[in-house]
Amino acid sequence: MTASVIAPVAEPVRNRETNTRRRLPLRLLAIAYVSLLIGLPVAFLFGKAFGLGVGTFWHQITEPGALDALELSAKVAAIVVPVNTVVGIGAGLLLARRRFPGKRLLDLTFDVPIAISPIIIGLSLFLAYSKIGAFGPWLFKHGFMLVFSVPGIVLATMAVSLPYVLRSIVPVLIEIGETQEQAARTLGAGMWRRLFTITLPAIRWALLYGIALTLARTLGEFGAVLIVSGNVTDKTQTLPIYIYDAWDQVPTNDAGAFSGAVLLALISITVLVVLSILRARERRLRVDIA
Amino acid sequence: MRRPIFRRSSLIGVLVLPLTLALISTSDPASAVAPRGSDNVNVVGYSIVSGIYSKLEAAFQKTTAGKNVTFSNSFGASTTQANDVVAGQAADVVNFSTVPDMQLLVDNGIVASKWNSTGAGKAEGGFVSDSVVVIVVKPGNPLHITGWPSLIKSGVQIVTPDPISSGSARWNLLEAYEQQIIQKKGAAAAAKYTNALVKNVVAEPSSGSKALTAFLAGTGNVLLAYESDASAALTAGKPIKVVYPAQDILIQTPAALTDTGSTNKGAKAFFTYLFSPAGQSLWAHNAFRPTLKSVATATKSLFPHTYKATQLTTIASLGGWPAVINKFFSTNGIITKIEQAHGWTS
Amino acid sequence: MAGPASDIPQALKAPPAPRSRRRFGVRTLGGVLGVFGGSALLMGYLSLIVLIPIAAVAAHGLGITVHTHGWGLAFWHWTGTTDFSAFWANVTNATARQAIWLSLWLSLAVAAVNAVLGVVIALVLVRDTFPGKRLLEGVIDLPFALPTIVAGVVIVYLYGQASPVHINLYETWMGLFVALLFVTLPFSVRAVQPVLESFDGQAEDASRSLGAGGIRTFMSILLPSLLPAILTGFGLAFARAIGEFGSISLISGGLGRTTPASAYIFNLFSDGGSYYSAAAAVSVALLVISLLLLASTGVASTRVQRRLSQ
Repeated sequence: MTASVIAPVAEPVRNRETNTRRRLPLRLLAIAYVSLLIGLPVAFLFGKAFGLGVGTFWHQITEPGALDALELSAKVAAIVVPVNTVVGIGAGLLLARRRFPGKRLLDLTFDVPIAISPIIIGLSLFLAYSKIGAFGPWLFKHGFMLVFSVPGIVLATMAVSLPYVLRSIVPVLIEIGETQEQAARTLGAGMWRRLFTITLPAIRWALLYGIALTLARTLGEFGAVLIVSGNVTDKTQTLPIYIYDAWDQVPTNDAGAFSGAVLLALISITVLVVLSILRARERRLRVDIA
Repeated sequence: MRRPIFRRSSLIGVLVLPLTLALISTSDPASAVAPRGSDNVNVVGYSIVSGIYSKLEAAFQKTTAGKNVTFSNSFGASTTQANDVVAGQAADVVNFSTVPDMQLLVDNGIVASKWNSTGAGKAEGGFVSDSVVVIVVKPGNPLHITGWPSLIKSGVQIVTPDPISSGSARWNLLEAYEQQIIQKKGAAAAAKYTNALVKNVVAEPSSGSKALTAFLAGTGNVLLAYESDASAALTAGKPIKVVYPAQDILIQTPAALTDTGSTNKGAKAFFTYLFSPAGQSLWAHNAFRPTLKSVATATKSLFPHTYKATQLTTIASLGGWPAVINKFFSTNGIITKIEQAHGWTS
Repeated sequence: MAGPASDIPQALKAPPAPRSRRRFGVRTLGGVLGVFGGSALLMGYLSLIVLIPIAAVAAHGLGITVHTHGWGLAFWHWTGTTDFSAFWANVTNATARQAIWLSLWLSLAVAAVNAVLGVVIALVLVRDTFPGKRLLEGVIDLPFALPTIVAGVVIVYLYGQASPVHINLYETWMGLFVALLFVTLPFSVRAVQPVLESFDGQAEDASRSLGAGGIRTFMSILLPSLLPAILTGFGLAFARAIGEFGSISLISGGLGRTTPASAYIFNLFSDGGSYYSAAAAVSVALLVISLLLLASTGVASTRVQRRLSQ
C-alpha cells in the first residue's frame, strides 16, 4: 500500500484532447488550492529570510551553532543513508524473491516507521535504551550511550528512514523478475557478480529514487531526534533541532530560525528536483521496456 | 553483457567508509560521552541560566584553572533536565531551580546526599544564586497591575510556565498561595485567590524562558517570571515593564557536582568558581542575587527591591521542600488540584 | 500496470522457486553461511531499531512487568503482568481524551478534504496541459520533501502571531488543520495519480458518446475505478496526519485544548519521571487507532479492487 506512493509513477497515457473551457474550473481550483496552501507560505518564508538581507542570511547560516548543526546533519546522513541502502537492498531482494517463514513480519517491520509518529519512534528508542529502560543500565555501564548522544541520533534517524529504499525497489524487483539472473547463473556468474552487474543496474533509477528519499528524510528528521538527543547545544543539534531552538528565541533570534529554515528548505528542494528527474527517467525507462 | 553501472569497488568503498565511521564513533565509550576530550565539562541547568553560564564559562576560561577547559551545555525546564540526567544525559555540573529536582539526582545516586553541606557551596547551603518572582507587563502597564491583587481582575491573561516540567512555575504558584498566608488571610482565602489566578492563566509553556518568549511574541498580557530573566530582557531592550509585588518568595537555586563531575578537574574548578567572589560578582551583575555574603553586601545597590521578613516567604519557613511538595505538588496537593480543575493537567 | 492496492498481494508473492534449487537460491556452503549471516545481521538491525523499541513502548505503556521465577533464560518460568487499569487511566483522563480526540477528528477531516482535492488535482495533472504545470507538480511534492520543522516555521510564520497577512491562527484548531493539509496533500495526490494515468479512457469515451455529461461520466465510470486508490490515499494521509509533529509543534498548544496527541505525548515525555508511562500509554492508544484505520482502509481498498476486476 505504501509502495506505490513512494515508488516512481507509471508511464503516462496519451494526453486526451478535450474542451479547454470544461477543464478550466478544475484547473483553477487545483492551482488556487496548491498555491494558497503550499506555494504562498513557502514564498513568504523565503521572502522573510531574504528580506532581512542576503548579508544577514549568510551571517546567520555561517554562525558556529548553525555550522555545527549542518556538520552533524551531514555526518548522520553519511552513516544512515548507506546503511539503510544496504539493508533495503538486502531485505528487498528477500521480500521480492523468496518465500520463508516470517516474511509477513519482515514486511510489516518495514512498514512501522512510515505508519508511526516520529515522536513515538523517539519515545520508543528512549524507553528501550536510556538508563531507565530494560537494557539501559547494562548499556551505560559498558559505556554505550544510545540516547542523549550522537549514536542516539543516528539510531533514531535509521529507524525513521528505514523503509524508503526497500519500498522503492521491491515493486521493480517483482516486475522485472529473476530471468536475467537465472540466465547469468547458468553461465557461471557468482552471487555478487550477478548483484552488481545485473540486479542493481536493472533497478538503478528506483534505487536512486529510494536513496534520495532516504537522504531527504534523514536530513529533515525532527520529532524522533528531538526526544532522543537531549538538549545539548552545539553537540547534539542537527539542523532541524537548531531551527526549533532558534525559533524558541524569536523574537530575539528571528533571523537564525528563518535563515536555518530556508537553508534546510533549499537543500530539500535540491533533493526534490533530483527526485523529479529520477522519476522522469524511471518513466522513460519503463516506457522503453514496455 | 551489460556494463555494471556501479564499479563494485567504488560502491563498496562508499558503503564501507561510513560504516567504519559509525563503528568508530559508537565503540569508543569516551567519545560517545565527551568527544571533546577529557577536559570537557558537561553543564546541565534550568532554562533561565543559559545566558549567564555563557558569561561565567567565558570568564572562567580566562583564569588559569580554566585555560584548557571546554564546555558542553544543556539548558531547559528544570525538572525535564533532571529527568534527562537520570535517564543518562551526561552531566558534571548541575544547577536546577528547585531542590526536589536536585533530590531526584540524589535518589538516583548521581549527586552525593551531602551536596549542600560539603564542597565549594557549603557555606551557601548549595544555593548558587537567588531570585524573586516578578510580574512582567506590557510597556506603560495598560492594565494597571500593582501586585498580586491586580492579577485576579478580569481581562488579565497570565502566562506562567507549566509546574510539572518547570521549577520556575512552582515558585510562581507557590507564592501566589503563600502571599495570602503571609498576610495572615488564612488558607481558605489563599486557595480562593490561587484558583482565581489560575483561572486567568492562558498559557503554560514548558519552561521559564519559553514563557518569556511566548509573552514577547504576544501571548497573554501578564507574565510571571524570575527577576533575573525579566531584568535580562529589560537590559536587552525588550518592550516590557517589571512590577515587584509587595509580598514575595525567596527563590534559591541549587547547584552541585555530579559523580562524574567530582572526578573531573575542570568541573571541580568551575564549580568552585561559581561560588567564588569573582563568579558571584558576575552573577550579581547579571541580575541574579548572589549567595556569597561578601558579594551580596557589596552589590546591594544592584537590587533595590528588598523584602522584609514579614513579606518574604522562604522554603525553610514552610518546613522544607518535602513538606512543600507534599502539601502543594503531590497527587492530592493544593496546586495540583487547582491545575486539574482548570484543565491544565490530568 | 498494477494499481496501488494490488501491489500489496503482489509484493508478498514471490515467483515460485524451481524445485531443483535450494531454499534460498544458493548452492555453496559459503553462500548459505553468507545468507544466514546476512539474515541474522538484518534481523539484529531491525530488532535494534524497530522491534525492541516498539516492545519497550508497549511494555511501559501497558505496565508490563516480567517476573522470572526460574534461573536465567528459562522463560517458561516467566510470568508477565500488565497494569491495564493504569493504561486506561492514562488514556481516558480529560487531557488525554481531548488530545486524542483532537488528533482523531482533525486527521479524519484532513484526509477527507485532501482525498477530494487530491482527485481534482490528479485529474488536472494527468489530463490537462497548461504553462506552469511542471511547476505545479513540483510545488505539490514540496511538503513531501520539506522537513517537518521547516513546514512548521513556514506555517507559523504566515499564520502565526506575527502574520504578514494578519491571519492569526496561532494555537487554534484551524492552524493545525492548515498545517496538516499542507503535509498530507502529496499523499492524496500521488495515490490517485498513477491509477488515473493508466486509465485508458475507452469507457469514458463511450459514456460521453452516449450523451452522459462530464459529471455523470465521472461519477459512474471514473470514480469507482479510483475508489481503491482514494481509500489508500485516505489511509496514508490519515496515518501521516495523526502522527505529525514537526509542522504542528510551533503552532499548537495553549489552554490544553489545541494540543494534538503527538504534542501531548511530547509534553508528557518532557515532564519526565512517572509521566514516561503515561506518554507510552497514549502512544499505544495512538498506534492502535492508526493500525485499525490503516487496516480497514486497506481491506476496503482491496475489496473494492476485487469487485472492480470481476
